[in-house]
Amino acid sequence: MLADKSISEIARAFRDKEFSSEDLVKECLANIEKYNPQINAFITKIDKDIVLSEARQKDRQGFAGKSLLFGIPYVLKDSYVTRGIMTTAASNVLKNYLPQYDATVYCKLKETGAILLGKMNMDAWGHGGSSENTDFSPVHNPWDLTRVAGGSSGGPAAAIAARMCLFAIGEDTGGSIRNPAAWCNITGLKVSYGRVSRYGCIAYASSFDTVGPMAKSAEDCAIILETIAGHDMYDGTSSKNEVPRYSQKLATPIKNVTVGMPEEFFQKGLDREIKKAIETAVEKLQKLGVKSKVISLPMIEYGIPVYYLIGPSETSSNLARYDGIRYGETRSNFTGETMRRIMIGTYALSAGYYDAYYKKAQKARTLFIREYEKALNECDVILMPVNPTPPTKIGELINDPVQNLLADIYTVSQNPVGVPSLAIPCGFTKSGLPIGMQLVGKMFAEEKLLQVGYAYQQMNSWHNQKPKLTP
Amino acid sequence: MKGILRFGRYQMVLPFAQNDNTIMYINYESIIGLEIHVELKTKSKMFCGCYADWFGKSPNSNTCPVCLGLPGALPVTNKKAVEWCVLLGIALNCEIPEFSKFDRKNYFYPDLAKGYQISQYDKPFAINGSLEINTNQLINQSTNKPINATMKQLNNETMKKKIRIRRVHLEEDTGKLLHDVVGGKRVSLIDFNRSGVPLVEIVTEPDIRSSEEARIFLKKLYQIIRCIGISDADMEKGSLRIEPNISVRETSLRASVKQSLSAQTDIKIATSPSAPRNDTNDLPSYKVEVKNINSFSFTRKAIDFEIARHIDLLNHGETPIQETRGWDEKKGITYSQRSKEEAHDYRYFPEPDIPPIRWAESQISNFKLQIPELPNVKLARFMKDYQLSEYDAIILTDEKETAEYFEKTISLKDTPGVAGVQGFPGGGEIGIIPKTIANWIINKKADINKVSPEKLLKLIADQTQRSIIPDDELEKVIKKILLENPRAMADYKSGKENVLMFLLGQVMRGVKGKSNAEDIKQKLKLLLNLYPDV
Repeated sequence: MLADKSISEIARAFRDKEFSSEDLVKECLANIEKYNPQINAFITKIDKDIVLSEARQKDRQGFAGKSLLFGIPYVLKDSYVTRGIMTTAASNVLKNYLPQYDATVYCKLKETGAILLGKMNMDAWGHGGSSENTDFSPVHNPWDLTRVAGGSSGGPAAAIAARMCLFAIGEDTGGSIRNPAAWCNITGLKVSYGRVSRYGCIAYASSFDTVGPMAKSAEDCAIILETIAGHDMYDGTSSKNEVPRYSQKLATPIKNVTVGMPEEFFQKGLDREIKKAIETAVEKLQKLGVKSKVISLPMIEYGIPVYYLIGPSETSSNLARYDGIRYGETRSNFTGETMRRIMIGTYALSAGYYDAYYKKAQKARTLFIREYEKALNECDVILMPVNPTPPTKIGELINDPVQNLLADIYTVSQNPVGVPSLAIPCGFTKSGLPIGMQLVGKMFAEEKLLQVGYAYQQMNSWHNQKPKLTP
Repeated sequence: MKGILRFGRYQMVLPFAQNDNTIMYINYESIIGLEIHVELKTKSKMFCGCYADWFGKSPNSNTCPVCLGLPGALPVTNKKAVEWCVLLGIALNCEIPEFSKFDRKNYFYPDLAKGYQISQYDKPFAINGSLEINTNQLINQSTNKPINATMKQLNNETMKKKIRIRRVHLEEDTGKLLHDVVGGKRVSLIDFNRSGVPLVEIVTEPDIRSSEEARIFLKKLYQIIRCIGISDADMEKGSLRIEPNISVRETSLRASVKQSLSAQTDIKIATSPSAPRNDTNDLPSYKVEVKNINSFSFTRKAIDFEIARHIDLLNHGETPIQETRGWDEKKGITYSQRSKEEAHDYRYFPEPDIPPIRWAESQISNFKLQIPELPNVKLARFMKDYQLSEYDAIILTDEKETAEYFEKTISLKDTPGVAGVQGFPGGGEIGIIPKTIANWIINKKADINKVSPEKLLKLIADQTQRSIIPDDELEKVIKKILLENPRAMADYKSGKENVLMFLLGQVMRGVKGKSNAEDIKQKLKLLLNLYPDV
């Protein structure tokens, strides 16, 4: 299958005319037609004819001197506004909403010549870790259709796993890229806060939201990141730090890299098979000259309360604009989970409670930042699980709000700190469900994370495994 | 009642008198603080590239994803607006904290696109400032009229009062609601053209004690805003909006001097209205905020209306309720909008889309260099450099344009030929001193909007050269005028010095302007003294 290849392999094949962008797009469209009805990864599919004519146009233009993403089909999480293309954030509140402008990340990909196939299912507004909190029916995990794909970027992850596209732009507020990546056996990068412009990304929690790549491998993620990263005059929080040529330096040897394993994250609550898979992965990394050590992040047990105070506080404010006046649908269209987050946030910001909740959470956030700084002075990369368990059965998490929160336990603490984290596949359970691990680095250390991920993926083929789907 | 209300302190005579003829007074004092919103005249809006100059544009034509609050749009701070807010802070003698940030003020209103307003809560750009006003411009106690009318008598007696500025912060304006009938249906329409226009809010401490002080403060603030050029402060366009906070307290029950009840008309104000008291301890338990007033005179009226209303309530043993009121400019009254119980909880929190601001010391000292000469500095300089009285200097510096005109004229005064008089190289040599020019401008002998400084100098030179009537002729005229006006003479003798101005005017007319006011005045006084007392 053409879509099994890496982006650089495909770009080479395009140039060598082994196959065309049209061939690749056709294959993706066929996969969408075959598998999407079971998986439900898409909310909006771009019209076939439009997509194919775009691909043919790229083929005609030729690939010499073009970006590696030229002619490559991809998808966007439905949280990115796209002018004239329905954008819902998976909520009926924005049912049939046609944006007036394009998100910066979409503009950049359009300019580079990537071809958009559709807008993907997710937890409404990013509120969830299983893509069940959607008004467009849950996303099914391609590895086991009775299970969830993870979330909130479940649609993009499932689509990549099922080879419906080559890559996706996800959005990570507390694990929303990493969690579905791990559960769908793909690679996903939560970037440093400010690395990629958030302009046009429908906000969940503005100080946590990050825009990042999802693809099959660290190498693909590097190529995508160097296209979408960088300062944007439309996002005051986007960083002016120079964007490295991530893909050029992937092969930098990783010997002497020190990997820290936080002891707190390998204790109770972590599935045994996941623990085992990660320990095996560490042994493999050691063979590449990586040193590992046990570190401690004692504060991180407060990750969930801190995340679930600041996140909802910001979301209660961010969603205030959907007041029933301008977007055609009333507020009763918010789901129970979203209403719960709005209520919690409103409460945490209210006079008399602000000091005890929001403010205290912000103080804890400062402590998190210090704790990560300290830990990342002792090691180059922190290695930890992504999810405490393998993908859950559909209905399991959405019906247990507290369990739903706890599913994010390993991924919520990086967003308040802002540090980048790369989720990569590292094995399977006996029953054949994907397992992922994450590599967390210093602010703007995406390059290092991608190098470690790349080196690991050079000697393992977990990320090349794909689900067996039947139409 | 209305006349008395102009005072900073009020007094009511209680309906009971003590046995010893001592009357008990309750003194009422109004406590006023102001919140002023000023739209900045930056080129673009506060957080997007749309024009800040929204006025008169067709509805919703001056908008973009950011100021419409569309999903995914993000604010990016307009640096100029921040700079101007800081400049105003500096001009109002504020401290500029090194750290500042924006916050979200969450509330629902249809004209608020995002469901929150980006504002500043606990870390505004400027804090703890002050503005000094001249309080004796207030009211002449005996006539109960603004003192400006008889200002000359009060020269060199100006009383200064400091009004403390609590904070100056930056925020964004909202859209506008229009209530109209469309197709026979009553509808509310929203125009977002104004949404996101930079708005500076200035908050004073409750140091203002009368509606007139408020007016003077506002006027002075207006001058400063115009002087640093950050806003047109055009009240008709709503670019300057005022929200007074008013309460009234009893200062004390005090026994007055022994007087008969019939002498009530002569009651002296127990505490001097000009004595500033900045005591803000012991503030009343309530305050009333009047929203969105768009003129100085309405502000004064609204304050007076409120003070009268509060005093009336207090006299009936009631405490006015804490509430927000609107101003009905047609009826000249305020009306209740919402009470304390309905007050918003704005759920302020730091705006996560905008990084906080940290100033380097050098940036702040740079800002200070950008402040042009402020009105009070200009006033002092005019007095010193041009040997003008404070009265003259106040009038000349009252408006930026007048001051500029005056200085332009001064600068041309000694340029050979400019005065246009042949044979005279410069104005100074024919006796044109700054005071002469000031007099011409102040007395509006020429319309400075129509006459150029050069032309003015020529006019002055012409008149200076015009023959001045001899002393004895002037005396004749004065004597004639005095004989024609025995009543005025008698008034003067009985101490009413105002009359002098009247007589002066008569004499001026009599000599057809061929003398100058100062000469006439001196001669008048001299001759008046020669006449026997009545």
